[in-house]
Amino acid sequence: MRTLILVGIAIVSFAALTAQNAKDRGVQIAKAADQADQGFNSSIVNLKMTLKNKNGQTSKRLLMTKTLEQTTDGDKSLIVFNSPKDVKGTSTLTFTHKIGADDQWLFLPSIKRVKRISSNNKSGPFVGSEFAYEDLSSQEVEKYSYKFLEEKGNLLIVEQDPVDPKSGYTRRIVTYNKDKRYRIKKVEFYDRKNSLLKTLTYGDYKLYKGKFWRALTLHMVNHQSNKETLLKFSDYNFEANLVDEDFTQVALKRAGQ
Amino acid sequence: MKIKIIYCIILLLCSTNTIMYAQSEKPKKISHDFELELEGEYRYFYNDALFEGQKDHFPALAIRPEYNAKWNDGYESINVKGFFRLDIDDKRTHWDIRELYYQKAKNNWEFNLGLKKVYWGVAESNHLVDIINQTDAVETFDGEEKLGQPMAQLTWITKKFGTFDFFYLPYHRKRTFSGKKGRLRFPVVIDKDDLGYESSAKEWRQDVAFRWKYYFDIVDIGFSHFYGTGREPLFVFDATGNINAFYPIIHQTGLDLQITHDAFLWKLEAIYRNADAQDFFAMVAGLEYTFSNIDRNGLDIGVLGEYLYDERDELALNALQNDIFFGSRIAFNDTQDTSVLIGGITDLEAGSTIFSLEASRRFGSSWTAQIEARIFNKIDDNELILSNFRKDSFFKISIAKYF
Repeated sequence: MRTLILVGIAIVSFAALTAQNAKDRGVQIAKAADQADQGFNSSIVNLKMTLKNKNGQTSKRLLMTKTLEQTTDGDKSLIVFNSPKDVKGTSTLTFTHKIGADDQWLFLPSIKRVKRISSNNKSGPFVGSEFAYEDLSSQEVEKYSYKFLEEKGNLLIVEQDPVDPKSGYTRRIVTYNKDKRYRIKKVEFYDRKNSLLKTLTYGDYKLYKGKFWRALTLHMVNHQSNKETLLKFSDYNFEANLVDEDFTQVALKRAGQ
Repeated sequence: MKIKIIYCIILLLCSTNTIMYAQSEKPKKISHDFELELEGEYRYFYNDALFEGQKDHFPALAIRPEYNAKWNDGYESINVKGFFRLDIDDKRTHWDIRELYYQKAKNNWEFNLGLKKVYWGVAESNHLVDIINQTDAVETFDGEEKLGQPMAQLTWITKKFGTFDFFYLPYHRKRTFSGKKGRLRFPVVIDKDDLGYESSAKEWRQDVAFRWKYYFDIVDIGFSHFYGTGREPLFVFDATGNINAFYPIIHQTGLDLQITHDAFLWKLEAIYRNADAQDFFAMVAGLEYTFSNIDRNGLDIGVLGEYLYDERDELALNALQNDIFFGSRIAFNDTQDTSVLIGGITDLEAGSTIFSLEASRRFGSSWTAQIEARIFNKIDDNELILSNFRKDSFFKISIAKYF
């Protein structure tokens, strides 16, 4: 009887230990990936977004994104639309926070208005694409809880559960490449009913400044609606030395004028 | 005529600066961008006109060319935006240089010189604080279209104390009113040249404005002061019933505040305007709440509610003296950016109501279509301003092509 109890305790504690291990390893990997990308300082990149509906019809958007790395809090970013022409100049300024809601402003070029907007809508689609706002916002370690799933050669697979209840996902399954500074290979998104919603594949990786891997292609496929969005990045610039003044409401108006 | 002199001066200043740059030793990359928008519009007023000469059908065209040149990594630029409208109403047929300015940004400073548009404020139904530009009153009913304002603007961004804006405004532009054939006018056709100035310098009175904008956490706050010739004409009725209309010299202090909490936007705009002939307080306070992604397909439905108060009472030009605005903004977040804004403003005392609808959608990659409707409902005959518009409900459809 006593042996049985001991075995029982052993099994339970082993299970608890592995759970703890899986959690710790998951966090470790996320932190390692985060650290591998630290020190890029700032970047400017052009982005072509191709939206494809289930009948194969496509529409395109051109954007420019500026990012400023922050160490103590989430990154700052400025996004400017260049096409379609009727929304040209529409821009957003986002201050991501590691904890709590992001601060976000929208510039409407037709009436020159800067409007503070709610960052509450995380799960909604970004300009009609298959990317949700939360997919494109700065990925901070604090925004998920983690569970290491498995190691396949140089690939590490980690489950990430969003901390924010407003997220559109129950979990994401992220595949990292540990030999390439923990760059991401693939993300699978599970909806609130825990069924597979989307798969995001990172491709055409290029190394900048000998340190920072950037995927020049991001391909998001929605398995439920059969719609797709392809992002193609070009002209990455890590030498612009952007500063805080490039991420203000004044700079937002300047970018979209 | 004099406004043309200003354009020349600005052009000259801009070109000198460009030449100076061309001569500097470091090669600079200049990027040019030219865009053109052509728009066809049809307005239909379905009620018989109240005043003689007013038409029911208004086909119209608009051209909006735009050019900008950027250099010095975008920290310096010249921005030009023109506008031309051709309409049945000869007063609505007009052209304007909406923008023509040189801009230079350096570190925490930004300098702008030329004709420019500046927007202040947070509310949706009334734009009280926004005072830099004259309203292009014949262009739209909501007053969101503005004339280019000559200015020198200096912006100073501080890390801890927010942003300070200083404006020097050397020239005043008068508001245009509808012509004889036009709707949304008074029984007497007002020519803008009939209106005089309180200042002996007339349109050349040298005006100034200041604004402080600050943000912390969920709060965005703006505080502004304007000293100069007002943008709204003042109508004074003398003992014999004659109207004397002129542009007064005013002091206007404005406050705009927004608190962004979850999906709630709490908004407040308030002004105090002081002139020799008039002083008053006005405000608009309200909220906006958005139910986002309700169908898990991107559908956002926003609910808007605002209370409007104006101490001028019936003399308030926009007739929003004690009113409630209610509305809903529906965005489908589809590839065509389909969106709809419906709403109404109702007077709490007289019950006069204006319903409005605005909808827009993109077709292909370079066409857009817009529908607008304004319905004047149960307008009280005692409404001094609004009663003139009680037969001016209209539908408008416009189609635009972008090049």
